[in-house]
Amino acid sequence: MIKFLFLIVVLALTSVTGCAPGDGFDKSSSDKIVAWHWMTDREDAFTELAEKYKALTGTDVQFELYAPTDAYSEKIKGAAQTKTLPDIFGILADKRIISSFIKAGHVLNLSPYMDMDDGQWEKTFYAKALNVNRFLQGNEFEVSPGIYAVPLDVMNIQMIYNKDLFKKAGLDPENPPKNWAEFLDAGNKLHAAGIQGMVSGWGEIWMIDCLASNYAYNIMGEQKFVDTIKGEASYADQDWIEVFTVFKDMRDNNLLANGIVTMVNKHAEQMFANQRAALAFNGSWCVNVYNGMNPDLNYGVMLPPVYSDKYPMKIWGGAGASLMVSARSKNIDKTIKFLKWLTAKDQQAYLANKTCNLPSNKESLGEIPQALEQFVDDMDSVTHPSNLNVSEFPKVIEARDKGIQSIIIGEKTPEEVALEVQAVKIRELKKQKARK
Amino acid sequence: MGIRKTKKIFINYLFVLPAILLFCTFHLYPFLNVFRYSLFQWDGIVEFSSAKFVGLAHFKDIFTANPQWWYSMWHAFYVTLLTLIFQNGLALLLALACDRAIKGARAYRMIFFLPPVLSGIVVGLIWQWIYDGNYGLLNHWLTNIGFGHLARAWLADPRTALTCVGIVHMWKGFGWGFIILLAGLQSIPRELYEAAKVDGAGAWDTFRRVTVPLMVPVFVLVTILTILNTMQIYDLIVSLTGGGPGYHTEVPITRILAAMRGGSQLGYACALGIVFGLILLVVSFVQIQASKLAKQE
Repeated sequence: MIKFLFLIVVLALTSVTGCAPGDGFDKSSSDKIVAWHWMTDREDAFTELAEKYKALTGTDVQFELYAPTDAYSEKIKGAAQTKTLPDIFGILADKRIISSFIKAGHVLNLSPYMDMDDGQWEKTFYAKALNVNRFLQGNEFEVSPGIYAVPLDVMNIQMIYNKDLFKKAGLDPENPPKNWAEFLDAGNKLHAAGIQGMVSGWGEIWMIDCLASNYAYNIMGEQKFVDTIKGEASYADQDWIEVFTVFKDMRDNNLLANGIVTMVNKHAEQMFANQRAALAFNGSWCVNVYNGMNPDLNYGVMLPPVYSDKYPMKIWGGAGASLMVSARSKNIDKTIKFLKWLTAKDQQAYLANKTCNLPSNKESLGEIPQALEQFVDDMDSVTHPSNLNVSEFPKVIEARDKGIQSIIIGEKTPEEVALEVQAVKIRELKKQKARK
Repeated sequence: MGIRKTKKIFINYLFVLPAILLFCTFHLYPFLNVFRYSLFQWDGIVEFSSAKFVGLAHFKDIFTANPQWWYSMWHAFYVTLLTLIFQNGLALLLALACDRAIKGARAYRMIFFLPPVLSGIVVGLIWQWIYDGNYGLLNHWLTNIGFGHLARAWLADPRTALTCVGIVHMWKGFGWGFIILLAGLQSIPRELYEAAKVDGAGAWDTFRRVTVPLMVPVFVLVTILTILNTMQIYDLIVSLTGGGPGYHTEVPITRILAAMRGGSQLGYACALGIVFGLILLVVSFVQIQASKLAKQE
């Protein structure tokens, strides 16, 4: 009986204490660096690099993969709540959420380390990639200025076209469309030849947002784009209506593949790789994907054709995957040393060749696969919402992107969507004001 | 009360204690916390102590300024209605067929129960391929039988997307209803059917006057399970449409997750969860009361 009672008490205590909030226990230990990531395609490369690093320095680095990305993101949030984040981790979210992690004291400011040795480490990276992880003075998130993550690779999102299908449709594969009229004409020629137009993961919303932002920059310029986010310009403005009209034009001129509004990017990649669509809107990571699906695919990369001559076309890009250091890590110096090694020329070249992702270290560019070079050329045109000091309300982003889906399926006009998005914006601004 | 009796009562409670502790830890405590979080503006990342108390503001927003939420609720009701009528209707027909001594009844039972045990994501991916607007089987069949004009991107068309999702949900779920209804039918004493036959009752009369009254509790169970299960539809939506096109296949769970993940508004997501839970509670309560009335009649 006494044994039984003891068992009950132990069970009861375990069930209660097992769920107790974190007591500050840290995943990091004094002799091992722990890194959490979500990059299934890089798991083997990370393991090899960790072994190499151990042979060089004697320091153990343990990469732990958690996928899919949704599960990873929830794990990171949970670990932050219980203060059990590992030495190295990444946050898959916008700047607003990243700023919450920083303000809660989970992320180390890397600026002092970047500035060491006359800024030697910082100089190795693309400035645009670092900017994604940089918080400037006076940012709306009230985060202390600094760089809070190291880019592991860089990426940009562009239009990719199938040269063979272009040729079949009577288009010049070496001169893809550069302006809006040429682009619309290409859509009609492809349709006439029985070839599907563009595929993309527009069922995942953020890729629609990406192209919409590209054209917003092209039509109204960065300042007005920022003013809209600040609430100083309206979504009902003519420039925004033109941005929404871009999608109507694409629909009307057969540029969009059937079912694009609910398409996930994996499906879009399969369709393009299997030559079932002539165009894809995809990121530089696609080189690796297409290579795996169809090594003989003959494709080129082009900037989205300009709609307006007023402002240059900008594409989303910058840091691909970024790694952060836990501010509570007991291994900060060791971790920084490892990250410096990981982002050095040789390791970056190794990663680029092994995983077909663009290296974040500029010095490694000479050693990247040929297919990636097409993406490197356009790094000057890169921008990213994270580079701005402001960020849009998630509900407005959703209204904007769902509205674009409605335009594509012919349910709403650009004018209707513009008014609806502005209504959501006003509501969110009011709520923000009330909160303050 | 003697010491012996007190000790007995104490020991009895001690036996129940682990279950109570587990229930409190994993059910009651989280539930109370969800309600507490719903009163705060909190992103789930910063310390909860720094979250801002907003009272019932989230609930006010849900009822007055969140049309998408109620739109998603209507979608869940629509699919539930389809399921209640067609899925359970089919399940009852098949259960009635299998209840009789037909050849291969066991094999049918196994086949009918196959879809429910498949993963929702896998089922979604298979049906996505069937519905695909470019190379889908459905369009292929339609074209082959001369109905090519009906071919479309089924999941990207707002007129068909939600119904298509509903069809997949019914296909996946009818096995549950079938098994429960079959078990209910088999529990009806055979003598009653024989007595009805002796009295000269036909098949329809036997069904109406013998089967239905005795099956009311089973119908209630199946209906409640169908409502609760369908209102919480999620995995099929994610794998088939992601909630699109536009908001046309959004359901309450996708909206709760959108608030939690996309917007990182954990407090708001908790408020949505509570409203949703209350709605389900009311629906179940009404259903139980209605069935009690039906039983009395």
